[in-house]
Amino acid sequence: MSIRFSFGGDEHIFAEVSEEMSLEAFFTSLSMTNAVKAAGIKGVTEICPANASFQIKFDPDRIKAGDLLKELQSMEGAASESDGTLQTRIMEVPVLYQDPWTHETLMRFRERHQNPNATDLEYAAEVNGLGGVEDFIKAHSSQPWFVSMVGFVAGLPFLYQMVERKRQLQVPKYLRPRTDTPKLTIGHGGCFSCIYSVRGAGGYQMFGVTPMPIYDPTQKVSYLQDEMCLFRPGDIVKWKPVTRDEYDAAIEAVDANRYEPVIRPSTFSLSAFNRDMAGTNAKLMEALNGR
Amino acid sequence: MAVNVISSGLSTTVQDLGRPGYYHLGIPVSGGMDRFALRAANMLVGNDEAAAVLEAVFLGPELEFTAAATVAVTGGDLPPRLNGDGRGTWEAFPVKAGDRLSFGYLRSGARVYIAVSGGIDVPVKLGSRSTYTLGALGGHEGRALKAGDSLPLGAGAGAAGKGAIPAGLRRMPGSPAELRMLPGLYWHRITAAAGKQFFADTWKVAPEADRIGYRFKGGTVLDFVPREPPFGAGSNPSNIVDACYPYGSIQVPGGTEPIVLHRDAVSGGGYMMLGCVISADMDLIGQLQPHSPARFVEVSMDQALAARADRQAALARLRAHLGR
Repeated sequence: MSIRFSFGGDEHIFAEVSEEMSLEAFFTSLSMTNAVKAAGIKGVTEICPANASFQIKFDPDRIKAGDLLKELQSMEGAASESDGTLQTRIMEVPVLYQDPWTHETLMRFRERHQNPNATDLEYAAEVNGLGGVEDFIKAHSSQPWFVSMVGFVAGLPFLYQMVERKRQLQVPKYLRPRTDTPKLTIGHGGCFSCIYSVRGAGGYQMFGVTPMPIYDPTQKVSYLQDEMCLFRPGDIVKWKPVTRDEYDAAIEAVDANRYEPVIRPSTFSLSAFNRDMAGTNAKLMEALNGR
Repeated sequence: MAVNVISSGLSTTVQDLGRPGYYHLGIPVSGGMDRFALRAANMLVGNDEAAAVLEAVFLGPELEFTAAATVAVTGGDLPPRLNGDGRGTWEAFPVKAGDRLSFGYLRSGARVYIAVSGGIDVPVKLGSRSTYTLGALGGHEGRALKAGDSLPLGAGAGAAGKGAIPAGLRRMPGSPAELRMLPGLYWHRITAAAGKQFFADTWKVAPEADRIGYRFKGGTVLDFVPREPPFGAGSNPSNIVDACYPYGSIQVPGGTEPIVLHRDAVSGGGYMMLGCVISADMDLIGQLQPHSPARFVEVSMDQALAARADRQAALARLRAHLGR
């Protein structure tokens, strides 16, 4: 994989690892951005990994664009040889699929959708050749997902499912973006799921909501006091379907600031995953469930 | 010592020079859209150039001062009035306790920067007082100002004013505005003819123009180089696998209307970009009104860096003029 570099004006270097999404491209992006961080290059002001690319912002008054480019290119060999081992976290995210709030919203924007006569979940099940909504939810929630990018808006994770490409769930975005999306909506566009961290515009299909806060600019939520944003690239997420009663109980705990998310340390190896996806995912579930 | 908000204007926010370092989490730099004017306003009232000021767009707020201070309004031509009497833009003037600052109708430009000696002393969040409204972060309670808000002022309020900045030392866009841009990023996705036409067209600022980004319309729809959609990108020729968006980057969803991302940029997404407006011209975008004409002008990296040096020299001339 040879990285394509391009200057983004006089203050950015944009690097496309691969045109198409893959975990290999993501790991190269993460290795590169970690190497840039570790190198402590003067004049580098922002280091942003993304799904299959990354971006470095720099101050051209402190480092010449060409010099920075040369430094990045010199790191490319080591990054592509990285074995893809990551000390990371696996966390459980409760989801109320088919909730009333995203339902109300999707009905309001039906004329912007490919199929005005179906819900987003019904449409997603159909385009993926799954029997129905229940089958789609099972496919969405049974295998874990990788946080392959954080951004768009504050703390929003993009998630890539840890299954073979032929099993990836793919759903087009809305024909025209909505002007409204409920906060903490579980969305999906292309091969990526996401969690909308704030209320606002959005083009991803809407499947449900989580009661679990993931961004808190007031830093009052017990587990978001040190960092406003919960997710980091490389985190692993397992959706846990919950009932309305379980959702309401979680909201009550969030409101009383005694909600404790399930987050466990874990090690991930890309080479081990590629050898045995089911086995790797089963081990991740053991780490999550404490067995 | 405070500034009380009597009426808010259209959207008035607290801004300084921004919050770098959190773009990898989707938290943009924010800060004044026209940083040249923001710095000038602070210079005029004797503040640090990076002090927090108020940024008002199109329609000014009405403000009341609880103590004597020095005030300056820079940027667009939104005429200030003190207790109903006209005051100039780009000049310092004193205010007393109980005085009210209001504004006439906008004559040119889009945004003004209202600096008060001492600076607007809202809490610092992640290293900045700037408001990022989409993320409800910073500024006054993470939002645009409302009638009834009261903003504390920092130490140094009451410092003497520093005179005025003549028109020749200011920096505002022409008409059509010329936005210099360095082609790159996904420029190769469009045909050579489409690239040529992009620079030949005169565009108009669309009504969807805010701190996140400015949309332009009225130009020619782009022709893309044919391709098989890469896995995960999406089927539209303008789609890419979601990637980072540089500040100033020009994305063209569906190939129709370019959007230039600004200080409150969304940090990433799935649309191809043609390149970036250079850092020296970002200030100018903040002064464009909807429907005003603009052109994109191709430059090289060397020209971009020369323009950057020119802008720094213009700021140095301001400092010299004001004896700083």
